[in-house]
Amino acid sequence: MGIAAMLGAPIKRREDPRLITGQATYVDDMKLLGMLHMTVLRSTYGHAQISSINTDAASQLPGVVAVITAQDLKNKVGNIPVAAPLPPHITRGMGRRLPLADGKVRFYGDPVAIVVAENRYVARDALDLIEIDYEPLPVVSDVEKAMQPDAPLLYPEFGTNVAVSMHPSSEAIDNIFAETIANGGVIIKERIVNQRLAPSAMETRGVIAEFRKSDSTLNLWSSSQIPHLLRNYLAEQLGLLQHQVRVIVPEVGGGFGSKLNIYPEEALAAFAAMQTGRPVKWIEDRDENLAATIHGRDQVNYVEAAATKEGRVTALKFHVISDLGSYLQFFTDVIAIAFTLPMLSGSYAVPHVYSRCDIVFTNKAPTDAYRGAGRPEATYMVERALDLIARAVKRDPAEVRLLNFVQPEQFPHTMATGALYDSGNYAAALEKALDLIEYDKLRAEQHQKRARGKLVGIGISSYVEICGIGPKGVAPFGLYESARVRIEQTGTVIVYTGTSPHGQGEETTFAQLISNEFGIPIEDVLILHGDTNSTPEGRGTYGSRTTAVGGTAVYQGSLRLKEKMKTIAAAMLEANPSDVSLEDGKFSVAGTPQKSVSFAQVAAAANTSNTLPMDIEPGLETTVFFEPEACTFPFGTHICAVEVDPDTGEVEITRYIAVDDCGKQINPLLVAGQIHGGIVQGIGQALYEEVVYNEEGQLLTTTFMDYAMPIAPYLPALELEHTVTPTLVNPLGVKGVGEAGTIGSTPAVVAAVADALGVAHIDMPLKAEKLWRIIHHQ
Amino acid sequence: MSVPAVFDYHPVQSVDEAIALLQLYGDEAKILAGGHSLLPAMKLRLTQPEHLIDIGPIPNLAYIRKEKDAIVLGTLTRYKQIEQSEILHKYYPILPEGTALIGDQQVRNRGTIGGSVAHSDPAGDMPGIVLALKAQLVVQGANGTRTIAADDFFVDTFLTALEQDEIVTAIRLPLPAPHTGSAYAKISNKASHYAIAGCAAVLTINKKGLCTSASIAITGASTRIIRASEVEAALISKKLDDATITSASSHAVANADLISDIHGSAEYRQQMAAVITRRVIMHALERA
Amino acid sequence: MATKRSITITVNGQQHQSEIEPRMLLVHYLREILDLTGTHIGCNTSQCGACVVLLNGEAVKACTVLAMQAHGCEITTIEGLAPAGELHPIQTGFWEKHGLQCGFCTPGMIMSSYQLLKDNPHPTEDEICKGLEGNICRCTGYQNIVRAVQDAAEHMSTETSIPVSTQN
Repeated sequence: MGIAAMLGAPIKRREDPRLITGQATYVDDMKLLGMLHMTVLRSTYGHAQISSINTDAASQLPGVVAVITAQDLKNKVGNIPVAAPLPPHITRGMGRRLPLADGKVRFYGDPVAIVVAENRYVARDALDLIEIDYEPLPVVSDVEKAMQPDAPLLYPEFGTNVAVSMHPSSEAIDNIFAETIANGGVIIKERIVNQRLAPSAMETRGVIAEFRKSDSTLNLWSSSQIPHLLRNYLAEQLGLLQHQVRVIVPEVGGGFGSKLNIYPEEALAAFAAMQTGRPVKWIEDRDENLAATIHGRDQVNYVEAAATKEGRVTALKFHVISDLGSYLQFFTDVIAIAFTLPMLSGSYAVPHVYSRCDIVFTNKAPTDAYRGAGRPEATYMVERALDLIARAVKRDPAEVRLLNFVQPEQFPHTMATGALYDSGNYAAALEKALDLIEYDKLRAEQHQKRARGKLVGIGISSYVEICGIGPKGVAPFGLYESARVRIEQTGTVIVYTGTSPHGQGEETTFAQLISNEFGIPIEDVLILHGDTNSTPEGRGTYGSRTTAVGGTAVYQGSLRLKEKMKTIAAAMLEANPSDVSLEDGKFSVAGTPQKSVSFAQVAAAANTSNTLPMDIEPGLETTVFFEPEACTFPFGTHICAVEVDPDTGEVEITRYIAVDDCGKQINPLLVAGQIHGGIVQGIGQALYEEVVYNEEGQLLTTTFMDYAMPIAPYLPALELEHTVTPTLVNPLGVKGVGEAGTIGSTPAVVAAVADALGVAHIDMPLKAEKLWRIIHHQ
Repeated sequence: MSVPAVFDYHPVQSVDEAIALLQLYGDEAKILAGGHSLLPAMKLRLTQPEHLIDIGPIPNLAYIRKEKDAIVLGTLTRYKQIEQSEILHKYYPILPEGTALIGDQQVRNRGTIGGSVAHSDPAGDMPGIVLALKAQLVVQGANGTRTIAADDFFVDTFLTALEQDEIVTAIRLPLPAPHTGSAYAKISNKASHYAIAGCAAVLTINKKGLCTSASIAITGASTRIIRASEVEAALISKKLDDATITSASSHAVANADLISDIHGSAEYRQQMAAVITRRVIMHALERA
Repeated sequence: MATKRSITITVNGQQHQSEIEPRMLLVHYLREILDLTGTHIGCNTSQCGACVVLLNGEAVKACTVLAMQAHGCEITTIEGLAPAGELHPIQTGFWEKHGLQCGFCTPGMIMSSYQLLKDNPHPTEDEICKGLEGNICRCTGYQNIVRAVQDAAEHMSTETSIPVSTQN
């Protein structure tokens, strides 16, 4: 393969050799001299007053170095950081907490004390010796009950569990509904639940903290998606100067948003290291991960839609209720407001969209960003609404979608929600998907099979989502991304990115960008990330933004250095810089291609500098910050076919087609991988996954024996295709693909199963028993 | 941090040695075979034995052999050996077939038939299969060796007829009568792969096409491992047509104390026991 | 504290002798005593398969085996699957087919694939999926893992498929 073909090439990943041989280093793979081990004692109650804690026996266990409770943290460690606290209550402290429960526990898994010991086994044993007296308090684990005036309160001083309530007047939208009915149209109404999920990255969280007292320097290794944000907030939380904290993110075993956060254990390990003067390691156990790492989704939504009798949607009306859990984590409070509400028009040119929203505390683990973060909830509501309308007007769901799509010539398009979509061609993706699955034939087969008593169904989802976040004002800090590009003396290139990939493969795709731009072999490029002492201030990897935002910074860095190299090459070739071009790793002069210097020769000249003219600054290094002016809006259509066993209610997915449009693809192999993984997580939500608490606030899904996720035998072979509608938001024309599969798949699977059973709607997860009850009217 | 509490470890080389230690430590001791039931419970500290007697090193307890009137499996026979056993495929396909549904290949490489039987977990597959096969469990204790019929062995959840100082040394399966068919299947919990409801069936059909013997056991659905005696009674002396099988299967968990949890309500388990029983009987019948 | 026990174990062809607490799990012994950190811990209840190693040539979940149960045994970990500097065809398959993303489940997936192909050198797609039912991957949706195993099956010759530590 020629270097010029690097962009868009399905090359295999450069990360993989260390990963497939067991040589990669995750946090738990590290040992520091004198390192201690931390374990966390957690609440077994959903809501309780702590009347006493006795740590004597635990402290006396041989090997135990320290036992720490909230008392020890007072005035030394600040609250868990929250990125965007919302008025009125949250800005006044509602939902904020110290890293250890102070007087009260509010969810099963709430950290109460830590043990630091010479080894893990002793640290675990000591937990059993800590005596805590709890006085149980009334529990509220249901979000709608939590909104009732007589509900038990998590924060009695605020007199409510509702943190923020946005209820604009609905008079205008109600008039549209009335008008639609008067004109012979239809309306639909449904309460739909987007259940609570556990992100379940295969690597649990982990931290190592090392503190050097002589100059108050904290080194913190963390399995994180956000090294710089973690560094900045943790420094503040611990009362250290920002430059006294260095965060290093080694290999990370998946995140899906769950590591886009600053958790109690980071501050706790750091505090323990500062207290003991020895490095402290904490590795989360899976039962802790399921109990105390953030959960995702958990919205109860009321959806209403009005449409003409042909199925043209005239208005959408939503009430979004977001279950925050017991405390605020980094983005807990803004997921519904910032990411669900703007997407409530989906891919459809609906003239009127109304939403009201309540975000509410309950006695459960905090919720926060999980793959899709607010957009899957929006897509699910809109896609379900379109299906219900199709059912009401007795038209095919594909036809109703085609009737309502925003048309290609309408972009850029401001939706009724206020969101500005960059580009799109929704009908093209849907039509391609219909062709691939041979939709008409499939529907005909469905009729035949149904006649024979088979429960077969087909579901369509035409999603759109927000990526490439983002422009100014989205968060209290700019969501730009950064790259430092350095060309070394031999012509090799090092890129320090402010993003923090953890499985997405940017060590490969970013190198493809550089290799492509400079015309040098990819082996000559090294991509480094995850160390706040060497990488420029960045925002990390989440929200499908790494390539669109971080990749653009890398690309712009390469352009800047290319210009400088042209100047140097011009001096070497005694030509005018504007006549010099770079091709296949050679700088040459227009008109005289035999007059050339190699990329490496120019790099050597720049770095050794003796031969450089005085007016050229030595070295080849630049740092670029890219802040997009707008977001990107990837889209696509997924079609799912299922068969349900009438005796048992078990679902088999028989076909799955996905046509996605993420703009230009730098590495199609990696794009497909992201879509595969996303689809399967979405199938997981549709069919299997659910975090369950009982009414007493006890978590019932504490291990993978109870929290079901997709495994290989449950899945069909996925059939992928794509369309390419570039975006003008960034010069690469890329949009983002990390969450698309998850957003697109869930509604398609639910629609297919509802179709198979001939019902309008079924709440997820579509477990066999639930379906069996519908089939048998139990 | 999932690690067992502290215990003393006693690897033993003989059954006698294991029994002597059981006598010495009484309730404080547990027997470790493959460890795939015991170790997870110890890691979650649901059980904290002070003494662990590892019978793994005892030689000659992992075997499958055909004797004159029985097929005998040593207590340490691993699931994988059962899956691959030609003898079992020939005489009792229910065993390799059912075993292939236990856990996953890694678990089947470690788990032992004796360990599973002695654990008496009603959600496990093996106890039900052993029960349907009318196995005789050979147990050895301080007072020597005795044989317990599977029907008498499984007393309750995690409770067997074993005395404190006894261990299972072998499982004897009577040789099947001619025209005997056996099968096992289950509807699984999608997370743990344990049975929501499973059925093990062994049927014998005579020349007239009548069922002369039926042995049916239900896994997963109830709080203890049970024979479905009402199903058996409804099959015996009958010609097994669809209607008879469907009607008989509907009694799969009659009078049983059913499990109800987030993976399946009692009602669902009851109905699924009927569904899976019908399917398994059909399958066993094809093999008879 | 219980009496420590002496363990002798051969890992990736090299014999080790240690004094350990009897409750030490095999996975901790490999990771913390022998510093073989390629074997991971994902779930602790033997669902996820991140900890799979070969014990006397058979795949086991090392989080549910006491180190003492492997006394006198031969263990192969991901680090010992191929001679140093070389890749086993299964490793190559995972690389070629993009069978991994975050890589955390990958060593366990590869060791499980080894067992699967040892028992069934020419598996169908369904047989591959069934063989991997004890391994959870949260990134790939398993699609490319299945392709990786198919690729390995095509390329595996008897010579290269034997792990170094179990060669006699």
